[in-house]
Amino acid sequence: MSSARSRGWAVLLLLPALVVVLVFFVYPVFALSARSFLEPTPGFSQYVDLVTNETTVTILVRTLVVALLVTVVTLLLAYPYAYLMSLFGPGMRTFLLFLVLLPFWSSLMARTFAWIVLLQPSGPVAGFLGFLGLDGVKLLGSQLGVTIAMTQVLLPFMVLPLFNTMTGIDRRLLSAAHSMGASRFRAFRTVYLPLSVPGVAAGSVLVFILSLGFWVTPRLIGSPQQSLVGQLIETKVGKLLDFPGAGAISVVLLVITVVLLLAVGGGVRALVPGAKTDGGRDDG
Amino acid sequence: MDETTRAGWGLRLWAILVAVLLVAPLLVVVPISFAEKRSFKFPPDGLSVDWYVNLFTDQRWTSAIGTSILVGVLVTLICTVLGTAAALGIHRLGGRVAALVTGVLVAPMIVPGIVSAVAIYSVYLRWQLTGNLLGFLLAHTVLAIPFVIVTVTSSLSTTDPMLERAAASLGAGPWRTFVRVTLPAIAPGVGAGALFAFVTSFDEVVAASFLQSPAIRTLPIEMFVSVTNEVDPTIAAVSTVILALTTAIVLLPAFTRRRPSQKASSS
Repeated sequence: MSSARSRGWAVLLLLPALVVVLVFFVYPVFALSARSFLEPTPGFSQYVDLVTNETTVTILVRTLVVALLVTVVTLLLAYPYAYLMSLFGPGMRTFLLFLVLLPFWSSLMARTFAWIVLLQPSGPVAGFLGFLGLDGVKLLGSQLGVTIAMTQVLLPFMVLPLFNTMTGIDRRLLSAAHSMGASRFRAFRTVYLPLSVPGVAAGSVLVFILSLGFWVTPRLIGSPQQSLVGQLIETKVGKLLDFPGAGAISVVLLVITVVLLLAVGGGVRALVPGAKTDGGRDDG
Repeated sequence: MDETTRAGWGLRLWAILVAVLLVAPLLVVVPISFAEKRSFKFPPDGLSVDWYVNLFTDQRWTSAIGTSILVGVLVTLICTVLGTAAALGIHRLGGRVAALVTGVLVAPMIVPGIVSAVAIYSVYLRWQLTGNLLGFLLAHTVLAIPFVIVTVTSSLSTTDPMLERAAASLGAGPWRTFVRVTLPAIAPGVGAGALFAFVTSFDEVVAASFLQSPAIRTLPIEMFVSVTNEVDPTIAAVSTVILALTTAIVLLPAFTRRRPSQKASSS
């Protein structure tokens, strides 16, 4: 078998997809980024505007805070859930996985609409808060409502990487630590927790990145007065046709994304929960 | 069961809470879809199937459903063919070039959604790809193709390369080897990738909301417009239908999972 001919075949196979993605995705992202450095005049004027505009900075900081909050809360919710999943036998585990995959595969619009119903004034969540004595909390059209909805929408993206990592942890290590006199808590803290860090990192980066670029949920549940960066980009493009300005914010988001991905390492595949969760779930 | 595999009641309670949080919010759309009055009141006062009738008779909704299915099916076909071919090429090529190509091909999955959408819009606007089917097809193809690449690549990495060589040494040509040996081995990955591609396209809101025009809208866009402009429980009926279909899709592997072709040994 000639290896040059084999390479030729390989290139021919990947070329169509590569051309399509380069022309219809990479070029647009590149062009939008480039405009932020070229218009109205070549240089960094868009970026100077960005850091000196109080509203823009406020929105960027608010987005980072919401993204961080969503990441922390989803982690706190998901870690024990994924841990319990990895503990159970195949039957119960499949059921718990089903409960995660259902929202994971469900329509984002349907889920956001559900949150509009839940958070509306005199809706179920307001009723529950009233029951707790917290009357008159504004949910729809507030940052609180956006954070609650985003947390629930992004929860599966935290559970799946955690679960993938935890199923790979050898539980005999815990038994060993325990048999040598470590308390359950200590065995968990010194043995299990460090081994689960790759899952924590992958899930956290995934949820954080998705939160940064989230647009649908903040747009429909939040308010223009407390907008997140997605809404800012939309306004710049949709209402003002300010592509260079939108490009500058996009570059900022891209840089944060790339830095986070490089920091967590381990390649992109760790960030595609579905890819690992679909096939071969029978092992273990 | 020893001491370390026991799940405490605190842990169980927490997991039940998370389970409820995962699923319960999805279910509120069901009662609303059967509401009698034009309202999102939860729970509704009276029951009717008016909104389902509206969903399948109002031209606005039926044409959005049609557009979404058409775009979804075409995108799935394009992505599955191009993505599988590319994954095979990457697998054969190997090395740094392959890693670079993979990086480019999965980029649409990593770039934040709103950035992709605005970038696509800014260029497609110049190329007259807004407000038409071709624009939706191209945008959804690039956004969905990474999922096919990732699932097929992951299938290929667990396939024994000796099988292909054995087929070749027995006289099978490249095409025959592919159809008879490689394709059956990676079929689950290709299937998962195709499903991902369809769902990505069918569910996509952000890029579509920039590319849409009143003349051509996908279903999520019609839902977006509806929920922004009016109180119309038809959106709850759509959501319920989609939820039912999603449940079927998620349950599907549970019924087809007992395949004999599982890995020979489990580590």
